[in-house]
Amino acid sequence: MLRFITSRLLQSLLALFLVITATFFMIRFVPGGPFTAEKAVTPEILRNLEAHYGLDKPLWRQYLDYLGSLARGDLGPSFKYPNRTVNEIIADKVPVSAELGGLALSFALVLGIGLGTVAAVRRNTWMDYTASTIGMFGISIPTFVVGPLLVLGFAIHLGWFNASGWYGPLDRVLPAFVLGLAYAAPISRLTRGGMLEVLHQDFIRTARAKGASEFRVVTRHALRGGLLPVVSFLGPAVAGILTGSFVIETIFQIPGIGREFVNSAFNRDYTLVLGTVILYAVLIMALNLVVDIVQAWMNPKVRLEG
Amino acid sequence: MSNASSPSLAAVVAEPVEKGNSLWHDAWLRLRKNKLAVFGMVTIAVVTVACVAGPWVAVYGYEQQDLTNTFSPPNAKHWLGTDQLGRDLLVRLLFGGRVSLGVGLAATFVALTIGVTYGAVSGFFGGKLDAVMMRTVDIIYSLPFAIFVILLMVFFGRNIVLLFVAIGAVEWLTMARIVRSQVMAVKKMEFIEAARSIGFGRRRIIFRHILPNILGPIIVYTALTIPGVMMLESFLSFLGLGVQPPMSSWGVLIKDGAEKMEEYHWLLVYPAALFSLTLLSLNFVGDGLRDALDVRSSKD
Repeated sequence: MLRFITSRLLQSLLALFLVITATFFMIRFVPGGPFTAEKAVTPEILRNLEAHYGLDKPLWRQYLDYLGSLARGDLGPSFKYPNRTVNEIIADKVPVSAELGGLALSFALVLGIGLGTVAAVRRNTWMDYTASTIGMFGISIPTFVVGPLLVLGFAIHLGWFNASGWYGPLDRVLPAFVLGLAYAAPISRLTRGGMLEVLHQDFIRTARAKGASEFRVVTRHALRGGLLPVVSFLGPAVAGILTGSFVIETIFQIPGIGREFVNSAFNRDYTLVLGTVILYAVLIMALNLVVDIVQAWMNPKVRLEG
Repeated sequence: MSNASSPSLAAVVAEPVEKGNSLWHDAWLRLRKNKLAVFGMVTIAVVTVACVAGPWVAVYGYEQQDLTNTFSPPNAKHWLGTDQLGRDLLVRLLFGGRVSLGVGLAATFVALTIGVTYGAVSGFFGGKLDAVMMRTVDIIYSLPFAIFVILLMVFFGRNIVLLFVAIGAVEWLTMARIVRSQVMAVKKMEFIEAARSIGFGRRRIIFRHILPNILGPIIVYTALTIPGVMMLESFLSFLGLGVQPPMSSWGVLIKDGAEKMEEYHWLLVYPAALFSLTLLSLNFVGDGLRDALDVRSSKD
């Protein structure tokens, strides 16, 4: 187990290093810099600006400097927001995205596992078909279609919610619903499949024979095994919810890190782009590792291979 | 080639009435019984024909403006209304469909080619090569790829070729994993040994003997990749990174519609409806194919 974790950690570090290097050089080799958009900067001011941010040094030097400060946890100053560091911006925006993502994921898990379990227990009844149909819609129709349509219906026509913004608790409902719906669908499918497999097994028959109620059989005995496919999906799902929030944050004008990332790319705010990419990469890799460990813990049959 | 495929299918083909390829014939019969899949196939056929032929027969061009007739609701002259420049929404929708479907097919083809070749080589040779190749896939898989595609599109201009490459580069990974596990199962079978003993080369064995026997999973996964690719394309277009005006794609139209939906709801509703219908249909067909070809959804 320890060997597995170490080898995975090393692998992730290598991948992270590749991500940083690739991103660093990619954004430097494209035309246009962070200050080209600024109106009529004299060459002297430009030189001063570049000297201030260390952009006048050779590229390899900048790269090493960046890695150096990164090792100390310093993501550098933002080029577009004067006097603000990337660390501050991230610390500012991440809680918003985390709240949105957390709400969406909880909603997706509750709805997905609920629908999937009902569909498996009541297999081939109208409940099963209803759940499958909902799932199909959720898988097929992307968030940027569902989002605006729900805003049109519930915010503009019915007036129940604000069309955009992130102030009161009501503002959380539509974004979290839309983001979560896309992940409830695959979760319900996986739950259904996993539960169907488990419900056939001997230990379930034993539990029933011992007189356990159907509810107890399902919740206490079957779910643990039946949810295995869901656990392995959680890594990609959380990653998807993170990146999916680009669209949601754009539609609902939520001041989160996803919108900041897209803007920083458009603004060529080098350090902010790198900072957000690193943040996402670290999160996604950490999640994948956690998922692997949890999976092994839930099912001893899954052997950990380094 | 039909007799070496999945055993359950062979068992189902009880009476050999058909002389030729009874496996595929049987799968076709099963697909035809699946109402959702048939609905999907018919819808896709209609949408495709409309998108290809529609802009030719239409009386308006997709970039033809009519500034005296902007934001017109659906009426007899413009069946789905017009946009802010007085362009006919129906024509733009059909034209955008060409782009969306085209990107979907082309990028899927890129993903298919890379994924099948990579997976087949990795699975066939096995050993150290396989370990290195699959570790590479694992590492790429763990990267935040949506982010890379966004960066690529922002920095290197938004041209359509790059869009294909970027999307194809993301989507081949799963295909490679599926093909690899299938190849590993098939390569141990006797007919491969027979082919080896005759002295066929490795390339010939991979492409002529192994791949035809794992066509089922490849077809199913390809069918399921197309809607995924179309979603990614429209996702990028929605963020303003995909197809650029005056061209349109369904993602672009949905983005434009979402910006103006408060007063001009038809600009959002029709593109969203057609896009959703197409994606649903593609998924129905993919699911139907999976059942018809009896492919179990395997994770690796």
